[in-house]
Amino acid sequence: MVHPDQVRAAISQALPDATVEVEDLTGGGDHLQVKVVSTAFDGLSRVKQHQLVYGALRSELASEAIHALALQTSTPS
Amino acid sequence: MDASLKQRLDDLVGTSPIFVFMKGNKLMPQCGFSNNVVQILNALAVPFETFDVLSDMEIRQGIKDYSDWPTIPQVYVNGEFIGGSDILIEMYNSGELREKLAVALA
Repeated sequence: MVHPDQVRAAISQALPDATVEVEDLTGGGDHLQVKVVSTAFDGLSRVKQHQLVYGALRSELASEAIHALALQTSTPS
Repeated sequence: MDASLKQRLDDLVGTSPIFVFMKGNKLMPQCGFSNNVVQILNALAVPFETFDVLSDMEIRQGIKDYSDWPTIPQVYVNGEFIGGSDILIEMYNSGELREKLAVALA
């Protein structure tokens, strides 16, 4: 499991301008819902947007510390 | 990734215009996220083929590297990776998925 703050920090490091919301769906730290808003997503497909976020969380996902990650990405309106 | 694994994945993706790597199968999905994708494709009444990654550890890991995507399910349309459960749900809700699949199957 990971703490939502760690997830927020990892994403913010990769995408410095991002607004990141992390919700722990079960309280167990392994089922997370994450919303990321960043100008870095501008012009990218959804797959590429999600890949940027997944890249920031590569080790947590590979180790299955995060089992489930519901992800929403968007650009600032 | 070694060439034979890449070839297997290329071949799988090419077996059907809509191809899903999932946990379990259409009738018995073994994971809620895989189930979401099956339900969406069933709702759109489109033909699709699936591969159960739980049956093959090489494919289960290999597809993550192949798509540069860390989670299952993964949906391919005409050889192009279009996303996992979250993206499919978004595209379904916006109507974009119905259009894309109609074009792909035309």
